[in-house]
Amino acid sequence: MAIPLIDPDDLAFTLWRVLGAEALTHYPRFAEHDRGTFEAVIETARRLAEEKFRPHAAKSDANEPRLENGKVVLIPEIAEAVAAFAEAGFLAAHHDAELGGMQLPWTIQQTAFAHFKAANVPTAAYPFLTIAAANLIHAHGSEEQKRRWMPPMLGGRFFGTMALSEPHAGSSLSDVRTAARHLDDDRYAIKGAKMWTSGGEHELGQNIVHMTLARIVGAPAGVKGLSLFIVPRYRLGADGAPAEPNGVRLVGLNHKMGYRGTVNTALSLGDDDDCIGWLVGEPNQGLRQMFHMMNETRVGVALGAIMLAYQGYLESLDYARNRPQGRHPGDKDPTTPQLPLIEHADVRRMLLQQKAVAEGGLMLALDLALRIDRGNHDPDDTVRAREALLLDFLTPIIKAWYSDRALEANSNAIQIFGGYGYTRDYPVERLYRDNRLNPIHEGANAIQAIDLLGRKASMRDGAAFTAFLDEVDTALAEAEGIAEVDAIRAATQTARDDLAKTTVALLAKAPDIGPIKLLANAHAYMDLAGLVAFGWVWLRQAIVAARDLDNAPRGRPRDLLQGKLHTARYVAAWELPRTAQHAALLMALDDSVLSMRDGWF
Amino acid sequence: MKVLVPVKRVIDYNVKVRVKADQTGVELANVKMSMNPFDEIAIEEAIRMKEAGKAEEVIAVSIGPQQAQETIRTALAMGADRGVHVLHDGVVEPLAVAKMLKAIVEKEGPTVVILGKQAIDDDCNQTGQMLSALLGWSQATFASKIEVGDGELTVTREVDAGLETIKVKTPAIVTTDLRLNEPRYASLPNIMKAKKKPIEAMSPADLGVDPTPRLATLKVVEPAKRAGGVKVADVAELVSKLKNEAKVI
Ligand SMILES: Cc1cc2nc3c(=O)[nH]c(=O)nc-3n(C[C@H](O)[C@H](O)[C@H](O)COP(=O)(O)OP(=O)(O)OC[C@H]3O[C@@H](n4cnc5c(N)ncnc54)[C@H](O)[C@@H]3O)c2cc1C
Ligand SMILES: Cc1cc2nc3c(=O)[nH]c(=O)nc-3n(C[C@H](O)[C@H](O)[C@H](O)COP(=O)(O)OP(=O)(O)OC[C@H]3O[C@@H](n4cnc5c(N)ncnc54)[C@H](O)[C@@H]3O)c2cc1C
Repeated sequence: MAIPLIDPDDLAFTLWRVLGAEALTHYPRFAEHDRGTFEAVIETARRLAEEKFRPHAAKSDANEPRLENGKVVLIPEIAEAVAAFAEAGFLAAHHDAELGGMQLPWTIQQTAFAHFKAANVPTAAYPFLTIAAANLIHAHGSEEQKRRWMPPMLGGRFFGTMALSEPHAGSSLSDVRTAARHLDDDRYAIKGAKMWTSGGEHELGQNIVHMTLARIVGAPAGVKGLSLFIVPRYRLGADGAPAEPNGVRLVGLNHKMGYRGTVNTALSLGDDDDCIGWLVGEPNQGLRQMFHMMNETRVGVALGAIMLAYQGYLESLDYARNRPQGRHPGDKDPTTPQLPLIEHADVRRMLLQQKAVAEGGLMLALDLALRIDRGNHDPDDTVRAREALLLDFLTPIIKAWYSDRALEANSNAIQIFGGYGYTRDYPVERLYRDNRLNPIHEGANAIQAIDLLGRKASMRDGAAFTAFLDEVDTALAEAEGIAEVDAIRAATQTARDDLAKTTVALLAKAPDIGPIKLLANAHAYMDLAGLVAFGWVWLRQAIVAARDLDNAPRGRPRDLLQGKLHTARYVAAWELPRTAQHAALLMALDDSVLSMRDGWF
Repeated sequence: MKVLVPVKRVIDYNVKVRVKADQTGVELANVKMSMNPFDEIAIEEAIRMKEAGKAEEVIAVSIGPQQAQETIRTALAMGADRGVHVLHDGVVEPLAVAKMLKAIVEKEGPTVVILGKQAIDDDCNQTGQMLSALLGWSQATFASKIEVGDGELTVTREVDAGLETIKVKTPAIVTTDLRLNEPRYASLPNIMKAKKKPIEAMSPADLGVDPTPRLATLKVVEPAKRAGGVKVADVAELVSKLKNEAKVI
C-alpha cells in the first residue's frame, strides 16, 4: 500500500477536533458550505494529487527542464497534472461564483493544497504561482485589468509568475533597478534584468503573466520607489487572445539542487525597447501591494516545507518498520533474528522529531489559515484586528523556524534509511533537496529573524507579542489539572517565561544598544520564539487528545491519541529546554558573533 | 432513457481492514468509508451516456445508513442528477438489495441499470445477476465497453478466456469491470451544485422488502499470516521438502 500524502486520521484530528474548522460555516461568506462540501473538496484534492501529481515527482526531478531550439521542454506529465488541477476548479476555488469560484475558505483551500505539496511541490508551483498572480490583480488591478487577465488565468490558459529578484538584488529589494518609462494611460516601457523567476518561461499555456517590480523613471530610491506591473509574455489582441511577443527574453535556465520540475529562469526585459508593462494600482506602491498577501504566501511556503517533512516522516516510518537491522544493546546472540529498525531507541528519536515537526507544523499552518479567514470575515472588528496581529507575529516564525526544522526532519529521514537514503533509489534525498530551498526564498530565514525581533516583537507597543503570549496563556490555563499533559504544560510555561523576560529585557535595552547589536543574535531569538510556538501547538493537541482518550475505541483511534500525548512529552523533554540557553545568550547581549572580524576567519 | 446506478458505501480501499476482537465482523468505528470503486465506474459510464446524448437522466441509489447520503452526494457531484436513499442500518445481503432495487426500478422505469460487478467489502458478485433474474431483464456482466444502440446494448465482457462481445436487448442490467473507464474527480463547482440536487428518502418497508439477513455469520477471522520463505540448496532438497514437509507430492 502506498504511503498516504497526509495521515488522514491526523488531519481529521487537527482540522476538526483541535481547530474546529467547521465553525467557518457560520460566516455568511461560507454559509453555503458544510463539513460535507469541505471534505469532498479535500477528497478531490487527495485523489488528484495522488493520481496526477505524485507519480511523476521522481521523473521530473531526474529530467530537469531543458532548452530545445529556444523553447523550454518539460516532461509531459506536468502539463497533464496542471490541466487536471485547473479542470477540477482549484485555481478559482476561493473566489466568488462569478469568477468560477466556490467561496472556499482559505483554511480548506490550504488543506487541499497541502496534498499537492506533499505529492509534488515543484509541479504544484505552476498553479500556485498563477493563483498568487491572479490574487494580486484581483486585489490591486483596475476593473479593466481584472476583466482582461483574470478569466484566462483562473481558467488555466495563462500562467503567472512573480518577478521581483534581480541578479544584484535578492534579499535587498530596495536595490531593484528594472526601469519603467511612462508611455500613455497605464502603459510603461519596461527595461531591465530579472533573476530567479520561477515558471518564467514554458509552453504549458497560451501566455505567461509576469507580476514585475520596477522603478518608474524619477521615482525615489529604495523600496518606496517600486511599482507593480503586469508584464505578459505576449500582448493581448483586441479579442483578448495572445498576439505579438512583448519583449520578454529568456536569457537562460538555472540548474538547481532541487525543486527541479519548476523551471527557473533569468529574463531580460525590453532589450530592444519593446517590452510593455501595465501599471497595477498607484505608482510607488509595488512592494506594499506585493506584501499585501505576504502572510498568505509565507504561510504557504512554510506549509510546503512542512509537507516535505511529513512525507519524509511517513517514508522513514514505513522503512523503519520493515528493515531488519541489528539487535538491542546487550543482546549478543547473533543467531536471533535481527529487529526492525523501529526497535532502536535512536531511530524512534528521529521519528519523533519528524512527527513533532510534521504534525505540529501542519496544525500551525492550518491555525494560521483559520486566522486569515477570521481576520478577513469575522463581523467583529476586535476579532479581525487581533487575528491580524497574531498572524503578523507568527508568520516569520512559521516561515523560518519550520523551514529549518523541516530540513532537519528530512535529514533524519535520510539517516533512518542509512546508506539507502543517500541514494536516488529512495525518495528521501529528493525531499531534502526540494526542501533546501525553503529557508532561502520568500525572505531568507535571517531576514525573517530580523523581522521578528526588530519589528514584530515591538510593533504597536508590543501588541502582537502580547496577543501571542495571551494565546499561550489561554492554552496553559486550559491544561491545568489534566494529568496527562503535565510535562508539556510545565515545559511550555517555562519556555513562555523565557521568551517573555528576554523580549522585555531586549526591548528595554534597544534604544541604548541600537539595531546592529539588538539584531546580531536574532537567530537565537527566532529559535526561542519558535520553540514557544512549538510547545503551544503540541499543548493544544495534547489537551484534546487527553480529553478524547477515555471514549476512544481500541486500536487506531486510541493509538492516534496516545501518539499525540507521547509526542508532546518528547517535545517537552527534548526540544523546549533549549529556550533557557537562548534566553541566557540573548539577555547577556553576547557578542561572540558580532565582534568576530572578517580578517580572523 | 433513464439510467439507474446503485452505489454502495464501503470501507475505503486504502484502509487496512481489521477484524473485531469478538470475531463478529470487521472494525467499522472511525474507519474511512467511500464509494465502492466499481460503482464509481458505473456512475462514470452513466454520466458519459448522458454527455453523449444517449441518456436523459442519471439516478444514484444507495441502501444503507444515514451516511450513505454522502456516497449519493459523491455521485451527484460527479454528475448524477438525483438520488434515492433507502435508509437501513446493519447488514443487507445481495438478495434483499436486489429486491429493493427491483421495487425502485418499477417505480422509476429506467432503461438500463448499471451496477458494480461486486462490492469490495463482501465481494459477493451477485446483486446485478439477482436483479436481472427478478426483473426478467437481459444482463451483461463484467463490462469493459458499452455501446448504446437502438433498443439494444453492445457490451464487451471480460471473461476468463479474454474479451467477449454480446448484444443485449434493453431494458438491461450491466455490471462494470475495472477497465470500463477511469472515473472523473468531483470538480469543485460540481460539489456545490450537488448540494442542491434532490435526494429522495425511503425505507425498506416503503418498498415492501424485509431486509432481515437470511445468512448467519459464524465468525470472521484474519487471513492466516504467510510464513517466510526458505532457500533450498538444490532440486533434491526441494523435492524432499515438497514430499515430506509440504506433503503435496
Ligand atoms: C529556486 C528559486 C526560486 C526562486 N523563485 C523566485 C521567483 O519566482 N521570483 C523572484 O522574484 N525571486 C525568486 N527567487 C529568488 C529568492 O527570493 C532569492 O534567492 C532570495 O530572496 C535571496 O536572495 P539572493 O539569492 O540574492 O541571496 P542574498 O540576498 O545574496 O542572500 C544570501 C544570504 O545572505 C544572508 N543575508 C542577506 N541579506 C542579509 C541581511 N540583510 N541580514 C542578514 N543576513 C542577510 C542570508 O543568509 C541569505 O541567505 C528564487 C530563488 C530560488 C533559489
Ligand atoms: C556512498 C556510500 C559509500 C559506502 N562505501 C562503503 C564501502 O566502501 N565499503 C563498505 O563496506 N560499505 C560502504 N558503505 C556502507 C555504509 O557503511 C553503510 O551504509 C552504513 O554502515 C549503514 O548501514 P546501512 O546503510 O545498511 O543502514 P542500516 O544499518 O539499515 O541503518 C539505518 C539507520 O538505522 C539506525 N540504526 C541501525 N542500527 C542501529 C542500532 N543498532 N542502534 C540504533 N540505531 C541503529 C541508524 O540511524 C542508521 O543510520 C557505503 C555507503 C554509502 C552510502
